[in-house]
Formats: sequence, C-alpha cells, structure tokens
Amino acid sequence: MTATEANGGGTILELEDVHTFYGSIHALKGITIEVREREIVTLIGANGAGKSTTLRSINGLNRPRRGTIRFQGQVITDAPAHKIVKMGIAQSPEGRRLFPRMSVLENLQMGAFQRSGKDKDLHSDLDRVYTLFPRLAERKSQMAGTLSGGEQQMVAIGRALMARPKLLMLDEPSMGLAPIFVERIFDIIREINEQGTPILLVEQNAMMALDVAQRGYVLETGTIALADEAKALRQNEQVRKTYLGEE
Amino acid sequence: MAEEAAPTESSPLRPGRAARFIPRSPVGWLGLLFVALIVLWLGRNLVADPSEFFSIFFIGLTNGAVYALVALGYTLVYGILQLINFAHGDNFALGGLVASTVIVSWFGLGGDPSTGAVVVGIAVALVIATAFSSALGTTIELVAYRRLRNAPRLAALITAVGMSFILQDIGLVGWGVSFRTIDPLISNDVAFSIGDVGFQWNKLTVLALTVPVLLVLTWLVRSTKQGKAMRATSMDMDAAAMMGINVNRTISFTFALAGGLAGAGGLLYFLHFSSIRYDTGFQLGLIAFTAAVLGGIGNLSGAVLGAILIGLIEQFNEGLPLWSPGSDWTRSIVFGILIAILVFRPEGLLGERTPEGG
Repeated sequence: MTATEANGGGTILELEDVHTFYGSIHALKGITIEVREREIVTLIGANGAGKSTTLRSINGLNRPRRGTIRFQGQVITDAPAHKIVKMGIAQSPEGRRLFPRMSVLENLQMGAFQRSGKDKDLHSDLDRVYTLFPRLAERKSQMAGTLSGGEQQMVAIGRALMARPKLLMLDEPSMGLAPIFVERIFDIIREINEQGTPILLVEQNAMMALDVAQRGYVLETGTIALADEAKALRQNEQVRKTYLGEE
Repeated sequence: MAEEAAPTESSPLRPGRAARFIPRSPVGWLGLLFVALIVLWLGRNLVADPSEFFSIFFIGLTNGAVYALVALGYTLVYGILQLINFAHGDNFALGGLVASTVIVSWFGLGGDPSTGAVVVGIAVALVIATAFSSALGTTIELVAYRRLRNAPRLAALITAVGMSFILQDIGLVGWGVSFRTIDPLISNDVAFSIGDVGFQWNKLTVLALTVPVLLVLTWLVRSTKQGKAMRATSMDMDAAAMMGINVNRTISFTFALAGGLAGAGGLLYFLHFSSIRYDTGFQLGLIAFTAAVLGGIGNLSGAVLGAILIGLIEQFNEGLPLWSPGSDWTRSIVFGILIAILVFRPEGLLGERTPEGG
C-alpha cells in the first residue's frame, strides 16, 4: 500500500506519455491519463480515436513503444498480458469476445482462471455475478454463443468480475444493445463501482458514460483533447456538439 | 455389423443430430446412394465370408488406431492456431526412427527375444520417442511458427512445408536412405477367439497402447486446467490472454502434446508395419491429415473417427474378396475422400460450421 500512498491520492492506474503503434500506424501519440481508487473514469471519442488501443496498451495485448504505464505504483508497460490480469486488471472487451462453445458457467469460470483460489471463493463470486445478473443463473448451462447480445454483455462483465479485479476495464459495454439493456448495464456499472471497484469505461455513448463517470477524457486521433470532471465535460460546448449530438 | 464404414448414416443418433445427415440437395442424395452401395458391398462380403471380413476389419481398426495418434496432432494444432502443421508427419517419422534405434541398436531386439526384453524395450522406446517428438514439436513452434502468428496464414503454411523438408533431411542424414526394419517383435498368435474370428497379440498390443492414450488425452482436454486453457485459446486467443491464460505456454503445450502423440505413433508404426524410413512421414502424414479433415479438423473425436474410417476403408479395399478395387487404388480412394470432403462437407463428419472455422 505504500506505493499507492506515495503516488498521492490513491492513484491506481497511471499512463504517462504512452505511444502505441499498430504496425507502422501511430495509434496513440502520447496519452497521459490516470484512474484513482473508487472512481469511474471514462474515455470517449469517435471511432478510431484510440480508445480501444488505450485499453490494449494497458492489458498487455499491444505494448506501447514509448511511455510508462503504472498499476498500483508498479511499472507494467512491458508485462505480458496474463501477468497483468494476475495483478488485478480485468476487462470486458469490445464485442464481448466470449468463448462461444463454452457454457455461460464455463465462461464465468474462465474469468477466475488465473486465481488458484478455492472452490468456496468461486462459489461466492458466482453468487455475486448471479445476484447482479439473475438472468445468467437461468442460462448457466446454455452455450455462450447462443445468447442474445444483452445476455452476452452480461456474461462478459460477469466474467471480468470473476477475476476479482482491482481495476475493471469495460470496452463499449452498451454497443449493439437495446435501449432498455443499455440502462440496465449502466445501473450495473454504477453498482459494481459502489461495491468498491474502480472502473475505466470506454464508450461511444458519451451521454450515458459522462452520466455515470466522475471524470472523463476525450480522445481525438490518438491524443487527449480534453480532460475534466464528467460534469464539466457535459457542459462543454465542444463535447456537446461533437459527442452528445446537440446543436 | 456391415454399417462399420458408415456409422454416421446408420447408428442410432439423436434426432437433432440425425437431421444433419438428411441430404438437402441432389448431390446429397447421390452421396447417400453411394454410401448405400458401399454398405451393400460390405454386407455382401460379410455374408460371403464372415471370418475373413472380421479379420480384415480388425487389421483396419489397428491401422486406424495408429493413424489416429498422428491425426490427433494435426487436429490439436489446427484447433489452436488454424495452422496445418505439415511438419507433423515428419516429426512422427523421426519419432519412429528414434524408436527403431532404441529397439534395434540399444536393446538389440530382433530374432527371437524374450518377452521381458520386448516389454522393457518397447516401454523405454515409447518414453524416449514420445519425449523426443514432444520436444521437437515444441521447438518447431518456437523457431518457425511463433513469430508468424500474426502473419498471413499462407506464410506459416509455407514455413510448415519447409519445416517438413528439413525434418526429412534430418532423418535422411541421421538414419540413411534405406528402410529400418525389424522382425515382428510381438507374435501374431491368436490371443482369444470369438466364433471364427481370432484376435492376435500384435494387433491387440497396438490397441492396448492406443486406447489409454486417447482416454487420457480426452480427460486432459476436457477436465484439466491446462485443457481449459487450450480450449479457450483455440476459441479466442486475445480473450484467453485477458483471462490470465499464458497463451504462449498453452500453444507450446499443445505442440508438445501433438509431438508426443506423433512419437508414440512412430513407435507403434514401426512395431506394427515393421519398417520405417526418413520419408515415411510424408505419405502417412497426408493420410492422417485426411483422417483429421474427414472427422472434422479441430475436433478430437472426429480425428479418431476419421482415422479409423480411413484404416478400415484401406483394408476393405485391399482385402475383401468380392469386387474390391484393390491396393493399386488405395491412395486414389483415400485422397478422393479428402477432395470429396473438402468440396461437399468441409466441416467434416463431426465438425460444426463455426464462424471462425468456416
């Protein structure tokens, strides 16, 4: 914990001047963001602005070429993806990426893969997920590939929670969902956060994202265009025009 | 018992599964007609000489068991990397050559050795051949395929073909151009008979070694943590990494497993067919690959089913007394099946059409 305190104000995740490439494409051009304990922080921006790339830089699937990423004070810039999960960063990826030919239950169990925990823990974690998403308890033996989009999203979030993350990253959790499901998902996001998990939320639905988050960053073509309290961003003229679709 | 060659048409399947085999097109009906003719042909031969029929069936089953060990390696690797590891057949051959060295040069088995010496010799050869091919498989992945994981598939495929030639050359340099041969180590005395049909020791031994391997493999993939990691990695590599699975290690493990099976297969091939050389793996690899495709590539039970079917088809073709095309046609028939499957049912007998597998 001393490391956290030394970082001041309980910062759990810090990105400092992160540059990430896809082949020769310079996707992130010096991103600096932070997530503090108990916070919901959102990254908003247009398609291709670098939101998902930011998450892939953090989770080790696309290592930055320059810059530093620190998690709980430890540098994780070059750590392999599976170690980063073990340290406590779990993710519900864009497009859900469930294991289609595994059941709902098996998918959830995969979320707890890296924990050499006892079965008792696993049960209480499953209970927690089923309490958040009662629908999943009904569908637990169904193949994940046959679920509806909303149900798949529930599994993806539930699967990430099974890792008992110290930081939860959600990539486009509302994408492709019916409006009623979108509301429900955002309620759940708030609920998970209130139970103590900080969340880094990537969203195209800027309205909902800024509603649920405390702070936000606006990404534009690989750079941070704006960084502020979520409330302030909601009032910002530019944001209203570009991302909230207001005139 | 005449249905053996076509269990998919006639075994009592659940209605949902059986429905998949009801033809949906004229070509499908032609296929069904063809299968019906084969069943008739088998039935006619069965009636004509049951004991001959079953003895041929038993040889085919044993050959199929050896093919299965190799076919599983293709299917395991394809399942996880969508790569057809053409070097796999040559890994099998090198495993067999290593086994031949252990059995012939180290233990000096041959002629008329004692049962004890044979058992020890085979056990040691099994351990060494399995370990050798396992290590070789992992090394090939590390050296040749790992860096190409995100490259176009064709690049990895060409590399696999290249690797195949390299392994053949290693076999050629290490063991020479002539066949390594051995007198049959295990007697072909009849162990027991059911009616007129005798079950011989040498074939029983092959089955006794293969069946437990298949059972252990099934358990490993279905029920262990490593198996779960393999299944998850095969479905979605990035998502698997996000679960904390060490994807590189999982892939290495898969290659080790496939290699180990190839090594065991090499030993059994040497014992069963009594001769092996540097290029044996080329043709046998293609046969095993055909078996994997026939069963549904990426599907473990499919690989075993396909291998046994190919083993039976070969033997029926070469051995049945009435109206069989004969051994000149065996290769044409086997690869004809490969083409027919690729054209008409690319997902194989047990495979399912999956978005990622096509």
